[in-house]
Amino acid sequence: MAAPSERALWQLLEGIPDPEIPVLSIVDLGIVREVRQEAGGRWRVAITPTYSGCPATDVIRQRVRAALDAAGCTDAVLEEVLSPPWTTDWLSPAGREKLRHFGIAPPAGSAASLRSLRGPPAVSCPRCGSRDSERVSEFGSTPCKAHYRCRACAEPFDYFKCL
Amino acid sequence: MSVAATLPGTDAQPQHEAQAQYVLRLADTSLVLGQRLGEWIGHAPALEEDLALANISLDLIGQARLLLTYAGELEGRGRDEDALAFLRDAPEFFNLALAEQPNGDFAHTIVRQWLIDAWQLEIFAGLERGLDTRLAAIAAKAIRETRYHYRFSSGWLVRLGDGTEESHARTQRALAELWRFTPELFVPDELDERMSGAGIAPSLTELAPRWSARIAEDLRLATLTQPPTQPYPWHGKRGVHTEHLGYLLAEMQHLQRAYRGAHW
Repeated sequence: MAAPSERALWQLLEGIPDPEIPVLSIVDLGIVREVRQEAGGRWRVAITPTYSGCPATDVIRQRVRAALDAAGCTDAVLEEVLSPPWTTDWLSPAGREKLRHFGIAPPAGSAASLRSLRGPPAVSCPRCGSRDSERVSEFGSTPCKAHYRCRACAEPFDYFKCL
Repeated sequence: MSVAATLPGTDAQPQHEAQAQYVLRLADTSLVLGQRLGEWIGHAPALEEDLALANISLDLIGQARLLLTYAGELEGRGRDEDALAFLRDAPEFFNLALAEQPNGDFAHTIVRQWLIDAWQLEIFAGLERGLDTRLAAIAAKAIRETRYHYRFSSGWLVRLGDGTEESHARTQRALAELWRFTPELFVPDELDERMSGAGIAPSLTELAPRWSARIAEDLRLATLTQPPTQPYPWHGKRGVHTEHLGYLLAEMQHLQRAYRGAHW
């Protein structure tokens, strides 16, 4: 089997969905940090965890390994990097749009402020677009999501929170 | 019991061992607090709070995994994160005694969480600027999560303190019971001083005023009264614990002790 190109490897990784938000690929999420060929021809793929305790990280690692092996890159090195830390800024614009279509409000604004009682940023409802929403809980069904409700259309929805 | 054998930080101890022990302190505080929060799953006062406590627990255990793995590598004795989490006894755990205190009622859990979240905000910020790049990377990751935890715990502290007569009384009671464990957060021992001297860790005496100011401001918003400082006999970070840690470890470690190396 011919050695794949860097572009082919990126395409391969773009085909791997996030286990918890399958509408996004791990590339959309910014989990893949680097694809690089070493001097000897061996590929290195660097991935980064989203939240420290995110249980999807192990599954992602296994899926990347399996995809690399299936593409003939059995000697490719898969490494995990922590720095710089993952934030929601790594989410691609295409990824944000896919999230909205999926019914999850994409992160609004910049990283978390320290004070909760002074109010969260305005979050647009992914169904009707209204900014008249309220936060039900800072924590949701997965570490990366908060729980919101739209006051305009009464729909509850997940918000991909800013980190 | 020979506590002397585990006492860290003397100059005779090689640097990598001292550093491993320091990293274990951070790891154990996250791990033990994460395990405590996990006890709430299925029991919290509302579904949203159940999810919140479970999520915070998950973050803390994730931080502990990164830190334990690093401590094991520094130590160089072949112990991985699982060996360190599941096969050490209480005197070999170096978490803050505050982290191991029982959940009590919801107010108790919130006060404990808030005191430690505010501490971790300062510690991780200091480690992020430290000379140990691995520890700095872990801290940079963790502090983003800690900000969320603190928003949750300080938000609840104010709601409970400035809430009903009942919630105020319970929160004030929790504060009275837990306050005696807070001097340990900022009284440095030889190991703390050695690490801050090496530029790896922040100086605890320098962090203390920032923590105190944040705590005082939150208490003011919550209409709660800060209890007087008391002398304390617990030195969790030196392996001298309250009786509660043993019970916590018995539950957490039972499976790996009974079925060594079990996987599923």
